[in-house]
Amino acid sequence: MSFISNSSNIRRRMLEEIGHEDFEDLIKSIPASLRLKRPLNLADPLSEIELVDAIQQVAGKNKKAVSNFTGGGAYDHFSPAAVDHILLRSEFYTAYTPYQAEVSQGTLQAIYEFQTFISRLTGLPATNASMYDGASALAEAVSLALTKTGRNEALISRSVNPFYMETVKTYLSGRKVKIKSLNIFDGSTDLEDLKAKLSEKTAAIVIQNPNFFGLLEKASELSAFAKEKGALFIIVYDPISLGVLLSPGECGADIAVAEGQCLGIPLNFGGPYLGLFSARQEFVRNIPGRLSGKTRDSKGRFGYVLTLQTREQHIRRERASSNICTNQALCALAATVYLSLLGNSGLEKIGRLCLSKAHYAASKISQLPGYKLKYNAPFFKEFVVETPVSPHRIITRLAGKGIMPGVDIGKYVTGLKGCLMIAVTEKRTRKQIDDLVFELSKFA
Amino acid sequence: MSELYEKLIFDLSSDGHAGISLPHLDVPEIEISDIIPPEFLRKSPPVMPSVSEPDVMRHFVALSRKNHHIDKGFYPLGSCTMKYNPKVNENLAGLREFVDAHPLFPENAVQGTLSLLYELKDLLCEIAGMDSVTLQPAAGAHGEFTALLMIRAYHKKNKRNPNKIILPDSAHGTNPASVVMAGYEVVQIKSNDRGLVDINRLSDHCDDDLAAFMLTNPNTLGLFESEIQKIAHLVHDAGGLLYMDGANLNALLGLARPGDMGFDVVHFNMHKTFSTPHGGGGPGAGALGVKSNLEPFLPVPVVSRKKDRRGDHLYFLDYKRPDTIGRVHSFYGNVANLIRAYCYIKNLGPEGLKEVSETAIVNASYLREKLKDMFELPYDGETMHEFVLSGSRYKARGIKTLDIAKRILDFGIHAPTVYFPLIVSEALMIEPTETESKASLDNFVEVMKTIIGEIESDPEKVKSAPHDTPVSRLDEAMAAREIDICYNE
Repeated sequence: MSFISNSSNIRRRMLEEIGHEDFEDLIKSIPASLRLKRPLNLADPLSEIELVDAIQQVAGKNKKAVSNFTGGGAYDHFSPAAVDHILLRSEFYTAYTPYQAEVSQGTLQAIYEFQTFISRLTGLPATNASMYDGASALAEAVSLALTKTGRNEALISRSVNPFYMETVKTYLSGRKVKIKSLNIFDGSTDLEDLKAKLSEKTAAIVIQNPNFFGLLEKASELSAFAKEKGALFIIVYDPISLGVLLSPGECGADIAVAEGQCLGIPLNFGGPYLGLFSARQEFVRNIPGRLSGKTRDSKGRFGYVLTLQTREQHIRRERASSNICTNQALCALAATVYLSLLGNSGLEKIGRLCLSKAHYAASKISQLPGYKLKYNAPFFKEFVVETPVSPHRIITRLAGKGIMPGVDIGKYVTGLKGCLMIAVTEKRTRKQIDDLVFELSKFA
Repeated sequence: MSELYEKLIFDLSSDGHAGISLPHLDVPEIEISDIIPPEFLRKSPPVMPSVSEPDVMRHFVALSRKNHHIDKGFYPLGSCTMKYNPKVNENLAGLREFVDAHPLFPENAVQGTLSLLYELKDLLCEIAGMDSVTLQPAAGAHGEFTALLMIRAYHKKNKRNPNKIILPDSAHGTNPASVVMAGYEVVQIKSNDRGLVDINRLSDHCDDDLAAFMLTNPNTLGLFESEIQKIAHLVHDAGGLLYMDGANLNALLGLARPGDMGFDVVHFNMHKTFSTPHGGGGPGAGALGVKSNLEPFLPVPVVSRKKDRRGDHLYFLDYKRPDTIGRVHSFYGNVANLIRAYCYIKNLGPEGLKEVSETAIVNASYLREKLKDMFELPYDGETMHEFVLSGSRYKARGIKTLDIAKRILDFGIHAPTVYFPLIVSEALMIEPTETESKASLDNFVEVMKTIIGEIESDPEKVKSAPHDTPVSRLDEAMAAREIDICYNE
């Protein structure tokens, strides 16, 4: 198969027309010693029929999940069919970054709407046109705080997603900065440890709310400590929770970041996802990535352009606020369509469904002998339970039946061996929850 | 009236609508105030529009019609490799078994995805002549940054602490930005009068303090760096590593391999060379190929395989890598795009990939010859997959390259990349790719002739372009001055 629009005959004619006999004339600048003198050692091409067949077979080796209670930063939320139909329009998915604004108003207006949606959710007015994912969004947020405050320490709670913590550490490993962890007490950030570690050197305090274990953090209280020492307060949030829970802005966050996958984006084994990044207005000239701004055309009509580009790498080079160029625009469009479809009360309804179903599941499971809720604090849609046998055994056994019971959290967080973390979204039915409870009871 | 639906979605709101239907609660309802203290609860709900599904569809379809896109017409953006995106890849990346796979599912439930990713690594190793690959970076710049952290870890392991990264003045802006993020110092060297790396200048900087040299090859002028072997010797002799920005890999498939040229590490832009769609700015997918010297430092997890008791391959995510730089992504990268890229490679095979690069080079060379007399050609070395012209001769008549770019839009064609690379004044960087037909290229030549004619006969028409686009020229200065990035009703 070929997606080439010029046959070899036409190519030969084109070469002749520009005075060459042979293709080799065009690549004389590649030294002969560097030319690959054999075909690439790859399998023969597959026709479309063969390709479809081959890939379907590969896909078939994944186990189908009938009901999915796995969370830990990616969730099986519902996405209306209309989202996909918009994303599959060539006009959106085959366009490039909107460098020529006059022929990119569709993408630019959609991004402007996206920025507005996310700012309304978070209560923070300066939202960019997306980062790679939640982890890299947090790394960029911490980096901004270090630069803006001129300080060199960041305090990150151990109740923040451990993958995010690792990513922040990797991102900042080349710079002379210290990342310190804040201990947790009963699953939430330990205020005493924060008081002990917070100082005039602290650039940022980072918490997650609801935190990695699903629990609600005392965000407003923590924010007051940050303010007192002049540190920035960064919250990692769950967009789905914001129809019900206090927004990061209301909690006193200076910067709020999140994984936007829950907003209509499929699981896709971890990507592409959507990094959400919002900040207070005063940081607008320091934030990383693209921004769509409203302006007017030469006839006075409203339109949108990429704006404040002097922050960005293609203009500012080594003094740019970040190196990001390609972002997750199509995922941002998915989130925009999703939020457009929700209606005024949709997000709150989804939040209530998650909350009620998660609490129903937690109460049933914690009544089983051998199972116990790990923490006492209020939670939203995810919770940790101690299990009577190793979570690995439970997960392996249930996966065979198409039930994905949750995350073996001890693999990723020290001190949580023997614990299963269970997420319940609005998609889980009572029957699916009851089936999970029944299956779990067999290990009791 | 399509204009109705072009309003902001927030202004299409009318009371009581929703475009989503949610199930009734089938478990006992929790009274939120019973379990969550009031100080945790939102005081007033976020203001969201209420729009029906049909109106949401009309809104986004109305917006979509204002975009240029590759399925509509020519998109000669240099350095961006805007090629056709094969449709079958969309279907295959959309298979439910791939789409519904959660990143924290047990490994035995995701053997399909893991085996595909493992094989993709092998394909990329062969294509680029490298020893190992990570698929974790989400984009090219993300790959650059990851590589620089690996280079730092490599030197540290060898008890060295060099401080500087050299790059030519023709480099992409992401290169210096990534260098700084990785905590290195940027040393930019001037290109020679042929637009290539100035070996003497490079040599002057090749000392103990050199961590790496970053180079795009073919470079951003579309020229192959013929002295690459000499460059590799200089850099390696100083103890440095050689990094290839793979943005222009579309010129090399099956013809020459970065690994054979002496590069220690190269990033791949899946959304350029391997045709995954650009999505209006992303998501793309990066990947990073490395030689064995850098392999220990790859980010975790690494997709690996072992034999199970029956001798079958078991694919798994390897976290036990003591020298790793750590993690650079929440999970494992932009997997759906990696699936598309895999399908593309399988579809074309070795000969098909070579034909891609050959045709990309023929198309670019053809177009250059047809256009070069209308503009300046500041560097006239052999064009690979793209070339750079200068519109400087029209400046005296008050016509900037920007004006020409905007006028091109009126003909249903996207403008080339403009004002890059920085070493060419009034630059137009043109990359046709292999998926454009001769007829499409000839049409572009005619359009350019028309515009050049207008510069003579009706310069105002060019200066005030575009005229036939959904909006006329937009005021960027106003956008930056009166910042409005969030709608206030």
